[in-house]
Amino acid sequence: MSAPAGLLSMAARRRWLRRNAWVVGAYAVLAIMLLYERVIHSMAFGAYDMQSLVDPAVSLALAAMSQAVVVLAGGIDLSIGSMMSLSNVIAANWMVNTGFGGSLAISLVLLLGGALTGAATGLVITYSRVPDIIVTLATGAIWGGLALQVMPTPGGGVPQDFANLITGGVRGSGFPVGFVVLALAFILLWFPLRSSRPGLAIYALGSNRTAAFLSGVNVVRTRVIAYALGGVFAVLGGLTLTAQTLNGAASSGATFTLQSVAAIVIGGVALTGGRGGLLGPIAAAFILTLLSTLLGYLNVDPSWGLVIQGVVMVAAVMVGGLLLRRRR
Amino acid sequence: MKSEGSADPSDFKDEWCMMAEYQAASMDLLSVTDLQKRYGAVTALRAGALTVAPGEIHALLGANGAGKSTMVKMLTGVIRPDGGTIRVRGQAVRLRSPRAAQKAGLAAVFQDPALAPDLTVLENLRLTGASVAAVRQWLTTMEIGDIQLRSLVSELPLPTLRMLDLARALAREPQLLLLDEITAALPADLAERVFVVMRRWRELGRSVLFISHRLAEVRAICDRATVLRDGVRVGVLDLAEGSEERIVELMLGSAHPGGPAPSRAPSLPFDGPERPTPLLEVSNLSLGNELHGVSFALGRGEVLGVAALEGQGQEALFDALSGRRAADAGTVAIRGKKLRLRQPYDAIRAGLVLVPADRLLALLPQRSVRENIALPRYNRVPGWGVIRQGRERSWIAEAVARLQIDTRAMGQVRRLSGGNQQKVTIARWVACGFDVLLCFDPTRGIDVGTKRQIYTLLRELANQGASVLLFTSELPEIQLACDRVLVLYEGRIVRELPAQQSDEATLLHAAHGMTHQEEAVS
Repeated sequence: MSAPAGLLSMAARRRWLRRNAWVVGAYAVLAIMLLYERVIHSMAFGAYDMQSLVDPAVSLALAAMSQAVVVLAGGIDLSIGSMMSLSNVIAANWMVNTGFGGSLAISLVLLLGGALTGAATGLVITYSRVPDIIVTLATGAIWGGLALQVMPTPGGGVPQDFANLITGGVRGSGFPVGFVVLALAFILLWFPLRSSRPGLAIYALGSNRTAAFLSGVNVVRTRVIAYALGGVFAVLGGLTLTAQTLNGAASSGATFTLQSVAAIVIGGVALTGGRGGLLGPIAAAFILTLLSTLLGYLNVDPSWGLVIQGVVMVAAVMVGGLLLRRRR
Repeated sequence: MKSEGSADPSDFKDEWCMMAEYQAASMDLLSVTDLQKRYGAVTALRAGALTVAPGEIHALLGANGAGKSTMVKMLTGVIRPDGGTIRVRGQAVRLRSPRAAQKAGLAAVFQDPALAPDLTVLENLRLTGASVAAVRQWLTTMEIGDIQLRSLVSELPLPTLRMLDLARALAREPQLLLLDEITAALPADLAERVFVVMRRWRELGRSVLFISHRLAEVRAICDRATVLRDGVRVGVLDLAEGSEERIVELMLGSAHPGGPAPSRAPSLPFDGPERPTPLLEVSNLSLGNELHGVSFALGRGEVLGVAALEGQGQEALFDALSGRRAADAGTVAIRGKKLRLRQPYDAIRAGLVLVPADRLLALLPQRSVRENIALPRYNRVPGWGVIRQGRERSWIAEAVARLQIDTRAMGQVRRLSGGNQQKVTIARWVACGFDVLLCFDPTRGIDVGTKRQIYTLLRELANQGASVLLFTSELPEIQLACDRVLVLYEGRIVRELPAQQSDEATLLHAAHGMTHQEEAVS
């Protein structure tokens, strides 16, 4: 999502709308779906339902944000799900007998670890000249294997305070904490980056690598930053899984890798890089989660749910493609 | 004040400063010696050398494959040399990346603007730390100050992007500005503004390295020229009247066969046909806003030229004839039979084949020369047929030999020079058979020697019964290659001239839409 124009002129507003139409559309669809849900379950729509929707959506949103940053820079990361699993099991393992303070410290260590892991992945991809799809496939397998080593069967635990920090309602009220978590992640990590030079470098790298290189952009540093940030989002996503399930399981993150790709496509991020932002994938994550919930309410078989998700993704890509051709 | 009998360091200061100044002034801005680069078995640069003085516009010339682009890439930090030294103002520098080259005071403007298409112009400038105010100033100097900086780069046309790239390079205040074929895609008026800027740069005591194939331009604007051939510097010239012949001689390694330079009388054998029976008949062809009711006939053995300024409908004409876009109205007929051209396949089947300006539109870059030449033939292989390798090899070899394609870097087509790539495209149609060859600016960005080869080839093909429709943006060359010329202006044919009357001045008049009366008056 390009930075909004400083002027409020009609031309500037129209331009902003034209460039961010997809994201606006995604949020519109989400609003419609939420409205629909309210109508069907107006009676039962209480705090509990809201949170049961928000919490899994937050995990997917974080996975999507992780994927989005990397894809914007012209890469892809197939190890996101495994990173989530690994951080999940390590957290559950270490936090078993700690208090609130300890769990926070462990979280910070894990976040830092995620950044370093991501940075290392970016370095390997750049210097080995092996395509990112292969490198991250390999690292994904490694993290998944490590996760099984750490916790062959689900177990571990977390202090309740920690869980309450990330999931559930804010101080017992109805408002889901997940929103706060997402907002903080976006505002603290992405927002300052995307209009700064390193952020522009990420977009430029994804848009046209040669042009970026010839303009003097440091390709290595930019790629490392992108993958490092992706790593942080992925670990954060893993921590939300820990908080939700109150334990660790090596398979917890498995489905998130491919779902994150679905989410960014529906969220308006071009898989070729350079176009899109993080707000779209966040909306898309909620759309996908809400979709399965709605299908559940309508008593649709869960396996059909997967089929429908796939159809939605193909439809989104086709619509996007048609719109692009129309513009050309 | 110095006292008797003692030496005060400040006594020598003035002289020392003078000497330093003198040294700086006489020191070369850029001095390249013995630059080498090998790609496996292929030596791109053997002993590249170049010296640019401060306050000079210096041309770098050489045929495709001479090592010019390799040298430029090394000067801009894109690739690293295997040997040799580069000195900027006497200091040896190691240009490890484009950033390093910029820091050393070398700024380049390439043929493809180094701008990310999905960002706005403003964001692109911020990305590289360019001063927006300075860029704006240079844009105003070039009289295009009204560019909307908040537009996406992908929304702006190529000439505008080139000028932006130039403004950005200038805003960096480099010592040496490298311009790689900058006028290649610019219309005449923008090119003129670039020259103004170049002269201003020279007045400021900085220098410009000007790389171009247009010798007339080079002679007009540059002070000196360095010529490369086969990876070695073969000469440095002071540019004066008549230098073009000397330059071509140096580039080709011998007195050039085939006669005088393009600016003089046509030198190609003129076995023009008598009024031939039309092979291709176009009537009332219209396409959107770009082409309005164009009609003409093209006979066997004829080379018909199209002359036009930028964007006067020539692209639409060629798109419609090659099947790339469907015309809105009008008919195209070959040998009297009307055609429905909805996609290139229809055109190719009918014998209308295209040689586009952008090589990458016609070729599969990562595939071999062989595959590229044989490509259209695959349509004729029956059923799930097996491709007979032996026969394929022989007629491909024939085509390669006939066109003298330099296959030193045989294998992937993308490793060939631009001129050779163009020859591969033509070889493909020669090998596969065609009726009408549509050439859209086929010699864009190609050196003089290869250009002449291509024009000679087109003439040969015409003499053997084929027909050629040729559009070139370089007006002096039309007379060289064509029998007749059509001038397009605002989507219509405004004049038709035989070759003898198609000198540059007449064409330019007609291309601006000026009629006979206006010409007589002016």
